[in-house]
Amino acid sequence: MTLFDKIWTKHVVKQIEGGPSVFYIDRHFIHEVTSPQAFDGLRKRGIPLARPAQTVATADHNVPTWDQHLPIKEALSRLQVEKLTENCKEFGVELYGLGHSYQGIVHVIGPELGITQPGMTIVCGDSHTSTHGAFGTIAFGIGTSEVEMVFATQCLMQNKPKQMRINIDGELGQGVSSKDIILYVIAQISASGATGYFVEYAGSAIRSLSMEARMTICNMSIEMGARGGLIAPDDTTFDYLEGRKFAPSGILWEERVAEWRELYSDADAVFDHEIHIRAEDIQPMVTYGTNPGMGIPVTGIIPDETLLEEKERPSFRKALDYMGLQSGNAIKGQKIDYVFIGSCTNSRIEDLREVAAFVKGRQKADNVEVWIVPGSKQVEAQAREEGLHGIFEEAGFQLRQPGCSACLGMNEDKIPAGKYCISTSNRNFEGRQGQGARTLLASPLTAAAAAVTGVVTDVRELLTVSSE
Amino acid sequence: MNIHSTTIPLENENVDTDQIIPARFLKATSRDGFGKNLFRDWRYNNDDEAQPKTEFVLNNPVFNGKILVAGKNFGCGSSREHAAWALKDYGFDAVVSSFFADIFKNNALNNFLLPVQVSDEFLENLFETIRQNPAAEIFIDLENQSITNVSTGEKAWFDINSYKKTCFINGYDDIDYLLSMREEIEDYEMSH
Ligand code: SF4
Repeated sequence: MTLFDKIWTKHVVKQIEGGPSVFYIDRHFIHEVTSPQAFDGLRKRGIPLARPAQTVATADHNVPTWDQHLPIKEALSRLQVEKLTENCKEFGVELYGLGHSYQGIVHVIGPELGITQPGMTIVCGDSHTSTHGAFGTIAFGIGTSEVEMVFATQCLMQNKPKQMRINIDGELGQGVSSKDIILYVIAQISASGATGYFVEYAGSAIRSLSMEARMTICNMSIEMGARGGLIAPDDTTFDYLEGRKFAPSGILWEERVAEWRELYSDADAVFDHEIHIRAEDIQPMVTYGTNPGMGIPVTGIIPDETLLEEKERPSFRKALDYMGLQSGNAIKGQKIDYVFIGSCTNSRIEDLREVAAFVKGRQKADNVEVWIVPGSKQVEAQAREEGLHGIFEEAGFQLRQPGCSACLGMNEDKIPAGKYCISTSNRNFEGRQGQGARTLLASPLTAAAAAVTGVVTDVRELLTVSSE
Repeated sequence: MNIHSTTIPLENENVDTDQIIPARFLKATSRDGFGKNLFRDWRYNNDDEAQPKTEFVLNNPVFNGKILVAGKNFGCGSSREHAAWALKDYGFDAVVSSFFADIFKNNALNNFLLPVQVSDEFLENLFETIRQNPAAEIFIDLENQSITNVSTGEKAWFDINSYKKTCFINGYDDIDYLLSMREEIEDYEMSH
């Protein structure tokens, strides 16, 4: 059996003939944007929320990242956050709302509080729920009707997906991070290359990553169309979880770890599709287009449309037009206006530490504005405790308050039309960071390098200089 | 259940949910009224309804109908069900493409917006038919799971699992079904 099969089988309440399974959900995360209509549904049916104790809420998509102690200025955002507060109260759901010391991006706080644990099934009305797969869970995003289903019954109707394993073996080069791994994989198989699949990431390069780096990879599974991605838990996972707020403790901890050690794909497990990648082939990556599959090495050239099939060319041309970029040009040296380091992909403490270590003693370029948006209150507090805020301030970077921020521009943090933003988030869709905004996805280190030089930069050149 | 209609062709590939309904319109707390913001940034200049982008297909009076015909990988990106609500609210009953993103497909089915997946070739021929004749019609027969390009007579079959098909035809939703299983779910919880 595969790792996925082991968890799946355990959660099937009933298999409907010729149809989906009734699938049990262990943990349900909710946020302000995709839940109000689902709460309304419960009210309309006159039923309670089935398992409030398995439901956790936070406010993240709409929240300001400055002056969070003040009322939210924008009326509709404020209303949505207030609605969440009222709904959680009425239906008995724990809320880590604005001002709470656990507040943050839903996919950052679940793991950090130890709510996310191996072997679980986890859903959220948000496609990047795949992040939690890093712990060896089946975790995926759902729509609002499905949020209502889980509210009402703690179950979903699910068809079993196909399974793919992506093996990444070898050692990553200097300046290459887990973000580069996943951008490389998506560039290889395209933004729809894993649609219909659940992906397991395996291989020595994955095993050697920290939990936070693994989360970055699982987070972007959805960007190649996969329903989710997961990684078998190991000592790195257990070490990360031990002692966290909601992680089991005492004898229970020992018992759980023993169970979790059984969570791996058996040697004879069969996958519908397998891919092998050499870690040595991966370089720092940057996207140049308007879907996450349009990525190239930072040293690369923006591809020519003649390499594509005829019917793909109009979409490709539209993307380059939108981005104001040209086939045949190097991406390196492209001028940047904004740098956004944040989002559920790369806003954890390790990301901030890595950026701080790089910028220490350096200055941001005059032409850029740099926003660092921590993933949670706890990350923010930790960054301050470690003195990272001082380093950022000296470099001219703004350390803001937690939320989704410029990842999707639902709050005030928007990139102006026509401006270029190098971003550690996960989507470079048209208008994602603000109407007309032009997004280049990259790793925190590559983003930090661009912050310092004001242009797309191969961070490895700067690393060599500093270590000499 | 049949859908017989002219179409609106959207030849772009990888149409993501941020295009279908941009994030700034997700602040509503009800399910209604999203149709007017469908493809908002492709439809208007400067976010202004008085400045339609005439080249965009929804603004082209030649095309109308209850079926959207779209390029490969339609509905990728975010899980926002608002995308399905917006399409439905605008007046679509079906979307035809050669490939749908998973979450979008579920969301569409949960809102009685029928996703019809056809082969690349069928889709290409369909676009060609519509280019030649904007008034070309499509006939979708859910019972038999078939779709016909009426002008050419080309016919194909599409997949939908039998459970969902029954829900669709009878207007049931999953929650009714799951609520009827309450005891089995509780038994499951006791034994796990
Ligand atoms: S940070 Fe971005 S991708 Fe992550 S949950 Fe928030 S909006 Fe979605």
